[in-house]
Amino acid sequence: MSSQDIPEKNLPAAQETEHGAVGVADEQNPFADPGLPPHEHRVQDIDEQAAKRSERAVALMFTLSMVATVAFIVSYVAIPHDKAIYVFPIGHLNALNFALGLSLGLALFLIGAGAVHWARTLMSDEELVDERHAISAPPEVKAKVLADFRQGAKESAIGRRKLVRNTMFGALALFPLSGVMLLRDLGPLPGTKLRHTLWSKGKLLVNMNTNEPLRPSDVVVGSLTFAKPEGLEEHDHEFQTEIAKAALMIVRIQPDDIKDKRELEWSHEGIVAYSKICTHVGCPISLYEQQTHHVLCPCHQSTFDLSDGARVIFGPAGHALPQLRIGVNDEGYLEALGDFSEPVGPSFWERG
Amino acid sequence: MSTTKNSDARSSREKAPAGERVADWADGRLGIYSLAKANMRKIFPDHWSFMLGEVCMYSFIIIILTGVYLTLFFHPSMNEVEYHGSYIPLQGQLMSEAFNSTMHISFDVRGGLLIRQIHHWAALIFLAGMFVHMMRVFFTGAFRKPREVNWLFGFLLFVLGMFTGFTGYSLPDDLLSGTGVRFMEGAVLSVPVVGTYLSFFLFGGEFPGGDFVARFYSVHVLLLPGIMLGLMVAHLILVFYHKHTQFAGPGKTNNNVVGMPLLPVYMAKAGGFFFLVFGVIAVISAIATINPIWSMGPYRPDQVSTGAQPDWYMGFSEGLIRVMPGWEINFWGHTLVLGVFIPLMIFPLVLVAIAVYPFIESWVTGDKREHHILDRPRNVPTRTAFGVAWITWYMVLLIGGGNDLWATHFHLSINAITWFVRIAFFVAPVLAFIVTKRICLGLQRRDKDKVLHGRESGIIKRLPHGEFIEVHEPLSQEALHTLTAHEQYEPAMIGATVDENGVERKVKGTEKLRAKLSKSYYGEDSQIPKPTAEEYKEITSGHGHH
Repeated sequence: MSSQDIPEKNLPAAQETEHGAVGVADEQNPFADPGLPPHEHRVQDIDEQAAKRSERAVALMFTLSMVATVAFIVSYVAIPHDKAIYVFPIGHLNALNFALGLSLGLALFLIGAGAVHWARTLMSDEELVDERHAISAPPEVKAKVLADFRQGAKESAIGRRKLVRNTMFGALALFPLSGVMLLRDLGPLPGTKLRHTLWSKGKLLVNMNTNEPLRPSDVVVGSLTFAKPEGLEEHDHEFQTEIAKAALMIVRIQPDDIKDKRELEWSHEGIVAYSKICTHVGCPISLYEQQTHHVLCPCHQSTFDLSDGARVIFGPAGHALPQLRIGVNDEGYLEALGDFSEPVGPSFWERG
Repeated sequence: MSTTKNSDARSSREKAPAGERVADWADGRLGIYSLAKANMRKIFPDHWSFMLGEVCMYSFIIIILTGVYLTLFFHPSMNEVEYHGSYIPLQGQLMSEAFNSTMHISFDVRGGLLIRQIHHWAALIFLAGMFVHMMRVFFTGAFRKPREVNWLFGFLLFVLGMFTGFTGYSLPDDLLSGTGVRFMEGAVLSVPVVGTYLSFFLFGGEFPGGDFVARFYSVHVLLLPGIMLGLMVAHLILVFYHKHTQFAGPGKTNNNVVGMPLLPVYMAKAGGFFFLVFGVIAVISAIATINPIWSMGPYRPDQVSTGAQPDWYMGFSEGLIRVMPGWEINFWGHTLVLGVFIPLMIFPLVLVAIAVYPFIESWVTGDKREHHILDRPRNVPTRTAFGVAWITWYMVLLIGGGNDLWATHFHLSINAITWFVRIAFFVAPVLAFIVTKRICLGLQRRDKDKVLHGRESGIIKRLPHGEFIEVHEPLSQEALHTLTAHEQYEPAMIGATVDENGVERKVKGTEKLRAKLSKSYYGEDSQIPKPTAEEYKEITSGHGHH
């Protein structure tokens, strides 16, 4: 960083000599470095009895570690893998996991504790001093390296034969494009896939739990029902991807309580069907407050008012939940009257 | 060592001992004697905070060991299968092979659950260890020249560790982690212009598709750990090359390093510490269940549970996304999803803020010297205040990330918590900065007081004429030196803008900013002048008792 506008002498590097009041050992300076304090002997250094005790303690820890490893092997063989035990105060644990973990932990910990105790009590604790070397090279080394570099560059003629240099740069810059191209088939292009779901005119609303088509009488005020489109089964290859867009939640609201005109139009006798996928980042919304008709996404707490076009009343979601227009077919089952009119789930650039 | 003794004693015809012959063989091919000469008795200084980096290194090794074991049983596939393992409640459930094999590891491989739990616990401790280790390096100024590059290596390890953790806990394809992956998909979709393309390329089509587990798997077990291993080796090589920093103290200078030799003391201490870390993690894994995928069940995009939380190190990004207002701008048939995209952009900024700090500070100070003596945080109030402000920011976001848990555990309104975080995001770091700086200055004053007047002994003395005084004990020479060893900068000044000939000197805006920042670091309000030798002599010469 250039410092041309701040005089060098005002920078800390220069101040060191002028203002630094430390470090120099001289009798005039009361804060002078007294040097490394003399080494103080530990009890083990003087008393061989104490040293013997330490030795025994270390050996005991290593021995107990061996015992713990044997305990690990015995537990592995002897304890059935589905046995549970009660351990106070933690609660019920898998016995095998508890025994293996504890014995392995002890075997390891005791090796460590033994080694550290050995180092602290029996190895020399006299502090030693290493001088530091300069991190950067001395000037003559630098000069030599630069000269070598210039020589090498000159011999390669990279500066003189510009055509060679420039075409080489061109080739080196272009070839990674092949790698980028190869990434193309990581996935298909989005197309309009995010705009369509399995719902279409005439598809029955199937109860997610019972797998039966829903009738209006199945949906009572205060209940929350999850539905999927007719024909989508759990075993289907594309089930996960399709349900990620098509999941539906159905509630019944007294028609008088529905504040949004379009919502009322798209409902059937107060039964409204909304996308279950949050418009924030796609969590399934699953908490329903019967009295207020608010639904809450448990992931990021976006809250929507189902009695008012599912508009956002709190949280980070950016727009209302899409509503599915529903009606009743000739046989009295709830059916979709088309796909969602807008993309479900999180927003994206092309959504519009 | 006995070998040296023997080699002196034996005649030249005798064969060298086996160990020495092996070492000779290796030296002839690898040059190990020169390597050992430089490093075998290398000195490491002692301080508890220097162990934090070791915790990271050891937990990383534990993660690799247990991770390799887990790959022997884990099937990174999203093919749907029916569960028929020994966990009764999920019998007959449809699930991906990834989830199925994780269930198999947890219930039917003996010790499999333990290894899974050690792997996960070690990952959490690895990230926590790196976080605290970075704080140590930050607050003591260990990132200064010549260690800025190593700070960046460490920073990259932290960020890569976060993503390795994320891809790792997404692999079992359980309900909780799938929700996290969905969140990631929503965040990717919010990117202007290319978001949908990125998402389709990432997931091989629409979410969730059948590819992401296999893709995350190769990223999690090969790509990221490979880079991290390289970075960690480079990090350690630099630690060796730079030699360790040390705190100021008697006998410790910027040109030496005082401590214990690698062989034998640190070999035993650091080597033993690996076993201590491994042992503690194993015991934790024996008694504390983590990520019980069996109780969460396999992932279904239309199901979720309450209280969904990422692992702790992703919590701050969760906070960002939760408290951001849901702004969306629609124009010309396009949508700008600011409510998600802004948090997605702040996420790296939060991290980059600490990555670039060493370079900002060295620019402000203009200091080009090597620093091997650590700062006490109080002696650099502005840096310390920045660090605490950053941590406060991070913690506020963590609160935001767990706003539902705060609400349910403390019976608070979730709306109130969200609003608190929205405001605190801007206000709390500023408050933390001011408070920290004041505390640092207070501590500096106390140090100065201690140097000039000695330590409060707690002994009250009654003088013959009835006056009570407290006896202060003078500090030892060691303590006096330690408390006054820090350097105090003077702020960089622009100097006169008009020279002696009356010619005006132009000053760049960046230099003005630099001078301003320098003043906020080292101005009168930002440090207490150290006691000088004159002050000390005057007070201790007799009439100084107060």
